[in-house]
Amino acid sequence: MSIAEVARPAAAPVPVAKRGETEALVSGSEAVAHALRLADVDVITAYPIRPYDTVMQYVSKLIADGEFDCDFIVAESEHSQFEVAKHASAVGARAFCGSSGVGWLYAFEAIAVTAGLRLPLVAMVGNRALDDPGAFGTEHNDALAVRDLGWLLCWVDTAQEALDTTLIAYRVAEDHRVFLPCAINCDGAFLTHSQAIVKLPSKQLVDSFLPRYDRGDKRLHPDNPVTIAPQVNEDWLMEMRRQNDLAARHSRDVLIEAYADFNAKFGRGGEPFIERYMMDDAEVALVGMGTLAMPVRVAVRNLRKQGKKVGFVRIRWFRPFPSPELQEALAGVKAVGVIDRDYAFGSPLMGGVLATDVRSALYPAKNRPKVVSFIAGLGGREISTDNVMDMANTLLDAAGGGKVEEQDSYWYGVRE
Amino acid sequence: MLDTKQNIGDFTAPQALDPWKGIKRIAREEYFTSGHRTCQGCESAQVMRLLAKAAGPRTIVLGSTGCMYVANTSYYCTPWALPWMHTQLGSSGSAAVGTAAGLQALMRKGKMTKEPINVIGVCGDGGGADMGLSAISAAMLHSEYNLLIMMYDNESYANTDIQTSGSSPYGSHTSFSPPGKAHRIMNKHWKKNTAAMIAAGHPECKYVATVVSTNPLDTLNAVRRALSIGGPTFIHSLDPCPKGWDYDPRYSHEIGELAVATGIWPLYEIEDRKIKLYGETKRIAEGKLKRKPVEDYLMRQGRFAHFNKDDIAYVQAKVDAMWQSWVIPGVLPFAAADGAAGTK
Repeated sequence: MSIAEVARPAAAPVPVAKRGETEALVSGSEAVAHALRLADVDVITAYPIRPYDTVMQYVSKLIADGEFDCDFIVAESEHSQFEVAKHASAVGARAFCGSSGVGWLYAFEAIAVTAGLRLPLVAMVGNRALDDPGAFGTEHNDALAVRDLGWLLCWVDTAQEALDTTLIAYRVAEDHRVFLPCAINCDGAFLTHSQAIVKLPSKQLVDSFLPRYDRGDKRLHPDNPVTIAPQVNEDWLMEMRRQNDLAARHSRDVLIEAYADFNAKFGRGGEPFIERYMMDDAEVALVGMGTLAMPVRVAVRNLRKQGKKVGFVRIRWFRPFPSPELQEALAGVKAVGVIDRDYAFGSPLMGGVLATDVRSALYPAKNRPKVVSFIAGLGGREISTDNVMDMANTLLDAAGGGKVEEQDSYWYGVRE
Repeated sequence: MLDTKQNIGDFTAPQALDPWKGIKRIAREEYFTSGHRTCQGCESAQVMRLLAKAAGPRTIVLGSTGCMYVANTSYYCTPWALPWMHTQLGSSGSAAVGTAAGLQALMRKGKMTKEPINVIGVCGDGGGADMGLSAISAAMLHSEYNLLIMMYDNESYANTDIQTSGSSPYGSHTSFSPPGKAHRIMNKHWKKNTAAMIAAGHPECKYVATVVSTNPLDTLNAVRRALSIGGPTFIHSLDPCPKGWDYDPRYSHEIGELAVATGIWPLYEIEDRKIKLYGETKRIAEGKLKRKPVEDYLMRQGRFAHFNKDDIAYVQAKVDAMWQSWVIPGVLPFAAADGAAGTK
């Protein structure tokens, strides 16, 4: 693997007034809808399931009010929803769709082939627990189920990040070096339905960052009578899998370029793969994805007031996985606690999906820290600051030579 | 030379493809050519050839999984001179909608040259009558797009080893319904009435036709009519299959003729909610031609070789009922109950 240089942000804020930005109180879903309008998406496909579908309610209203011109198709199932969007993308239309929980899994076949076909579809996942039993609350197992297929997967924390990352997602997915689909994960309810003040950039600014989607010589059109995805069998499939592998690797470099340009043009955006919080002198670190960042940051500040050197790394991009960044950011710490809002029953060390990948990424690192798996917040249950402070104290004990379980996971907030 | 009259500029209108009056008027250009690897005597490959010829060069074809994908469309030897893309088994409807929507959005927003482009989703009976029915049903609601779904029906999952589908006829021997010592008849369902179901259930669908490639001119003109009338349209083709139906490949056309002559496969067009029987079906309905006994059709095929006289009589009685008691013979199997409100 060609590991690129670890990218740090180029912080050069541009004055707000010059960018023609406005501010609005919007939810995470509404922020994504605004990003779709700004990206001039051509085809959007919808099917109802909570909580992601709020984005489609905002999209349909934008269209109804004449603020957004796109073909909006309400499909009869998630499978069709993703297939319709996939085929729109194949003729060169910028497309969007999304889902949650079991709806995402109903579309699994279409999701798999979209990556196989190298179509740069962008989707929003409003993360939701998988039935049965029924639950609306957030869990990350829906999107994580596709982690090996070539989809680029990111988890965002705020409505602003949801808007910004949607723009970045199109730029990266549609880059000819990548041509892979991308899913933007927003924790159900915590982000999809929570409002915050969001900066809405001007169309002009977005246009300066996001070029038009150009499918090039792969566009399906009578002027280009290609045959796409014929039967290949063992004669060719391995070469094609290798091309997808290379595309996933290239996405790292393209993400780094995109974030650098986004930071320069928008004056925000931060570091591409991870967010570091009070990590400079941290002895132990918590790691997690999505909106659990809020209680974790509060807990970290509380612990800092007690003189405890705790930091937090929020993983923004799960695919491509930020192995170089994690190796660098966590090199100096003695113990790492990974908080998973997911489960991986029967997995190697009975930990979460993220813990398993973090442990794997840190294995070749020099002075690798102890890695502890915490499972918390399943089904949308609150992760309290007390939970997080307890996790951090467990890590601090371990850092001081105390015993800690590395071969199993700690479950938080389970009623016994 | 293009054989299509293009309405350049009005990209939302369908292409105007006039019917070919007589075989000498059929275009010589082929857009489905060499390279396919289908079986000898494959009628579905013939349907693909007719479909591509009738539609002409300004066409996109979306092919769902099935014989016409796996056997027909192979890497490095594609038979398609038209742009062609694979879609999933249950997705011919979704693929056609997505393609049409993408084209229309790009043209409306000035991102693509404006022109009418035919969009055709192709499916087998497994992909159409079974798994893809829901997506096709949804596609048939989209009156804002011009698209055609062509269902090539060889009455089994013929590519995967001849397994039973919702289109497999009563009693047919498939690899999932083999006749055995305890059960002679394993497949007890009567074939799904797909074309009529699409026509009856989708008021915005302006054109539905049944065809058999034994009649190439009618098949070509059904495709041209479907593409010219615009909106979502549907054609259901009965395709004799030497491998699945178990007969010598030389008899494909003859068996297609017998399907019509016995009344098992009625040929009709439903255009703007008016039904028109055609070909031998029309003459049978008018009493000018007597239906042949179904035995003539069944006993030519190995898939019915286990039938005894009772089985043949059962099929004959069902086909007789199609013609004698259905409200529209061979098409619509129900009528108003005597004295029902709003009926004569």
